[in-house]
Amino acid sequence: MVKIIDIGMNHETASVEQRERLATGSDSISKTLAFMREIDCIREGLFLSTCNRIEALFTTDEAVEAKKSIISLMSKIGNIPEKELIPSLFVFEDADAVRHIMRVASSLDSMVVGEPQILGQVKEAYVLATREKTSGVIINRLMHRSFHAAKRVRTETEICEAAVSISYSAVELAKKIFHMLDGKKVLLIGAGEMAELAARHLIAQGVSSVVVANRTFERAVQVAELFDARAVSFEEIETQLCDVDIVVTSTASREYVVTYPQVKSAFKKRRNRPLFFVDIAVPRDVQPEVNKLANVYVYDIDDLKGVIELNKAQRQQEAVKAERIVQEEVFKFERWFKTLEVVPTIVSLKDKVEDIIQAELKKSHLSFSELSQDQIETIQTLMRSIAEKIINDPILYLKRKADRPTLNSYLDVTRNLFNLDQDSEDME
Amino acid sequence: MTFFWFNLALFLELLATGGLIVFLIKQQKRIFRYSYRILLAGFIFHTIFLISHYLTLGTAPVLDLKSALSFFSWSIICAYLVFQVKFKLMILGSFVVPFSAFLMTVSSAMSWVEGPVKPIFKSFWLTLHVGTVFMGNGLFAIAFLAAIMYLIQENQIKNKNFGSFYKRLPSLATLDSINHYSLLTGFPFLTFGMITGSVYAQVALGKYWQWDPKEVWSLITWLFYAALLHERLAAGWRGRRAAIMSIICFCVLIFTFVGTSFLLGGYHSFSNLGAR
Repeated sequence: MVKIIDIGMNHETASVEQRERLATGSDSISKTLAFMREIDCIREGLFLSTCNRIEALFTTDEAVEAKKSIISLMSKIGNIPEKELIPSLFVFEDADAVRHIMRVASSLDSMVVGEPQILGQVKEAYVLATREKTSGVIINRLMHRSFHAAKRVRTETEICEAAVSISYSAVELAKKIFHMLDGKKVLLIGAGEMAELAARHLIAQGVSSVVVANRTFERAVQVAELFDARAVSFEEIETQLCDVDIVVTSTASREYVVTYPQVKSAFKKRRNRPLFFVDIAVPRDVQPEVNKLANVYVYDIDDLKGVIELNKAQRQQEAVKAERIVQEEVFKFERWFKTLEVVPTIVSLKDKVEDIIQAELKKSHLSFSELSQDQIETIQTLMRSIAEKIINDPILYLKRKADRPTLNSYLDVTRNLFNLDQDSEDME
Repeated sequence: MTFFWFNLALFLELLATGGLIVFLIKQQKRIFRYSYRILLAGFIFHTIFLISHYLTLGTAPVLDLKSALSFFSWSIICAYLVFQVKFKLMILGSFVVPFSAFLMTVSSAMSWVEGPVKPIFKSFWLTLHVGTVFMGNGLFAIAFLAAIMYLIQENQIKNKNFGSFYKRLPSLATLDSINHYSLLTGFPFLTFGMITGSVYAQVALGKYWQWDPKEVWSLITWLFYAALLHERLAAGWRGRRAAIMSIICFCVLIFTFVGTSFLLGGYHSFSNLGAR
């Protein structure tokens, strides 16, 4: 029986170092998909790689073996021993996997819930999978349903607005501090989707230069290319603090990336020019004490959310609504997925009918010799439509029972009733 | 007639104050435009009053506290109008105009001092001395009010506690630069006013400096502002600390302006000036 499995890591399960070692560009995603295609036990596959998550979604008949080979593939990509990799992985199967991928697409599993970029990234991953021809009936359907769920979450709840308004309110605050953002300099520390969004908003407001710092320099260069920015190493942050006006942090580091002594020493060189920290990371990147320094303003994600009028209770309500939408879509997909189990029986039922028609036609072959070609064809059509009418109701009945736990007994009855397994019985 | 102009100016300035406070609450530009025009009219009548008073007295009308307050009020509005043209910051009016109208009201509550003016006061140097010092004071008053606005706004942003003023007040950078510019322009006026004052003292009394309490306190005020300006320009002070310092400086200035006359006496004090 086909299983849908999703193995991967996100900002909650894995450290930033591990994620960055696994994170790959679209070229290597294609390569990864090609590897997945080579694995015999995997039927369909999709590989998603963003800076906050790396996951493989696949369907298989042999769950255990497929999981093993995907894990070893990941360990090869990231050059991480399997022993170290396994604790940071999550594994979802069947309905859970479906729910997970829908939550990811709807941005409910993001570091900043509702950030709009993830849907585009999931779509891109799907496009790559179709191009590499690793996606099939199930993944096609699943991805389309996920996009639909994401669209519903976006239009029916205010979760996405909250994320957009977080970066909007960061920009508004920056304007209240600096008045004009023209000519101001921004330092991005860490390169998450939300940081990119905030940076885009700031650039739209006239920010003149952007500097990107990241733990892995390569990734910093990648992000820097997006904004015509300059990439610097993590060690240069302290020097950059003397120069920039706005700092957007979004690393997944467990320790503070910007500390009180660092900012304090930078301030002597800054001549007290104001410095505005937007800390989107969870846990926080900027030591809270930094806010106590004169002319320094530190806003973390909760502070920014607090700026937005949407209050917490309302936001929780929106989250509940979003989860409900995802659940509905999971049910709908499950119903369709279960009909897949019915398909082999329906196919053999149709095959059997076709066999009977062919056999009967062969028997009556001689008596047809006087008839014209047109008449023969009319008779064939007639036979077919009678046969189809007869099996139509049983087929509909089976499809209706597809999501019932008693489905197997219905399938058994059908197979016995129509003697669909006669070949195997004959062989015994 | 002179007092008619005074009362008219007072009335219009109070009206403008009312309008600007409504503007602060309602945030409608229309209200600001009307208030601004009323203020301009008030300012013109105030100027007419000062000129006519000057002509009556034959010298700058600052010899009693009533006249001095009215002149102070006029110079604040004058400084504000200049800043309004430069910065186009409507909300500044909602702070500055009530302050100057308050001084004007205090002035109106006092009685007129009548009588002849000592010939010693009928000097070009006095007018120059008083004119520049008051212009400096007017600018420092703007710096003071901008500093208060800065502290209100900074407090909201720092503590993430957004009251109704958050949207109404301008950005920290704007308030800081208003503070900066008004200090930068006010200081030369004060300096020049003190120099002309001492020249006047030499001409009138034969001594540049005679340790009169007001002279001493003026020097202290000057030193305070000099220190603030030095820190701003050389040490890169800005923001909260500069705002607090300019509030302290203005308190010293007000003490020099009013306090010294009543508490410390001296030939600058209004009671001595009034005994003409």
